[in-house]
Amino acid sequence: MMNSRAMRVLQAATGMIVLAAGWQILSFVFPHYLFPPVPEIITRTIEVLITGSLLVDVLLTAGRIFGGLFGAFILGSILALLIGQSKTAENFIAPVLTFFQGIPALSWVVFAIIWFHGIEFRVLFIMVMTTLPAFTFQILDAFRSMSKDLFEMAMSFRPSRWTLFRFLIVPTIVPGILTAWKVNLGNAARVVVVAELVGATGGVGYQLLRQQQLFDMAGAMAWTLQLVLFVLVVQQTINAIETWALRYRAVSERAM
Amino acid sequence: MLSADPVIRFKDVSKTFRRPDGRGDFVAVDKLSFEIAKGEIVAVVGKTGCGKSTMFNIVAGLIKPSAGEAKVVGHDPFREFAFFRGKIGIVFQNDRLMPWRSALDNVRLGLQILNVDPKQANETARGWLARLGLSGHENDYPHALSGGMRQRVSIARAFAVDPEILLCDEPFSALDEMTARDLRAEFVRLVRQSNKTAVFITHQINEAMEIGDRVLVFHRPARIAYEARLNASTSEDDRRKMHDDIMRVLSVDQAAAEASA
Repeated sequence: MMNSRAMRVLQAATGMIVLAAGWQILSFVFPHYLFPPVPEIITRTIEVLITGSLLVDVLLTAGRIFGGLFGAFILGSILALLIGQSKTAENFIAPVLTFFQGIPALSWVVFAIIWFHGIEFRVLFIMVMTTLPAFTFQILDAFRSMSKDLFEMAMSFRPSRWTLFRFLIVPTIVPGILTAWKVNLGNAARVVVVAELVGATGGVGYQLLRQQQLFDMAGAMAWTLQLVLFVLVVQQTINAIETWALRYRAVSERAM
Repeated sequence: MLSADPVIRFKDVSKTFRRPDGRGDFVAVDKLSFEIAKGEIVAVVGKTGCGKSTMFNIVAGLIKPSAGEAKVVGHDPFREFAFFRGKIGIVFQNDRLMPWRSALDNVRLGLQILNVDPKQANETARGWLARLGLSGHENDYPHALSGGMRQRVSIARAFAVDPEILLCDEPFSALDEMTARDLRAEFVRLVRQSNKTAVFITHQINEAMEIGDRVLVFHRPARIAYEARLNASTSEDDRRKMHDDIMRVLSVDQAAAEASA
């Protein structure tokens, strides 16, 4: 009998195969400049991956995503801890972050182009501003879910603030941090493309713009797939970290 | 009788809380005075809401009295919070184990906070787990342990830092009777062996009489309504009489609570 992991992989593969088959059928019906055949898309995707001068653009975008997410994570963690410890800080910061959440990513792109000259700083600014509120609120939620019982227990040993942070607060917020990274990763991948599309001279977004100008659908798909692959690889890495970091959690016998 | 150098001393201690609806204050402890000498095990019995947990939190330094003087080894446990690092061990009603730490790491927690050498902390923690019958479970996470085993780990955690004072807040109330009886006996043996001072809160009369050298019965709001001393020579008849007296005192508090409700 097939185990549950193999079953999940098979189901996921079947879904992708059905999608690819549907696309292939469309490529028989419509001209190739609208729906290029699947083998051509795969060939172009592999070409990007094995051609150094093209791969640089993928790595540039990956670096921008990580840079933006890391910046938002650090800033968001500091803001979340400030809000978590002070009602006054919450009254000041939370409404501003909520306001930021309502600003579309494209508006941040326009602001960045008007305000700043450097391309990298523009992209970093856009990435941080669009993911900061979500990081802050998710880490804050994790911080607030800290068990009062465990806090009292830890306090009974009279720890220093730093010890309390290391032994109680960090392990408490780790699940929230991992979730925040997973959620923001997808958002960041979408935003970085918009930022690069409008104001960069390199990266996946810039390459997508070029493919649009050349009316090259296979190229557009190949560059899009680079981002999808990147997100999938990072998601799987975060999942592996999560499985390791949360290995202490009980697994229901019924889930086995 | 008041001793010369009590380990715990309450003098006219009161504690009031603001009512959650904001309409006035609620008196949890009202001019409570008592002393506990070194090496004594004092059991505190009372109905739910009688103020015993508030008294417990004041001794632990987790809350500040509204009035009066609370001293533990001559120091204010709330104001001089850091002074009591390693001096007070607490066993709570539920085990309060950190789910991300193994049994061994949970026992090591207090030692790590006290900056004990890691090798020494490891040995001490293993030693306490072994004394409490948990050898072989050092690397188990809390979810893999039974309720009784988890509470043993929490007792080991409290003893591992070798505190002068042990505070226990109904630590066996969530366990089945057999496990609770075994752990009670184990707890008393460990406290006596190490000549520690212990305050043991419970709502069970039998448990209080089994554990305490002295039993204090609280009436709301944390007033001592009855006090009895016990030792190995206390006869069965005297114990039965004490049990009946405590029952009667607790019933009076229950009736008063129902009348005021």
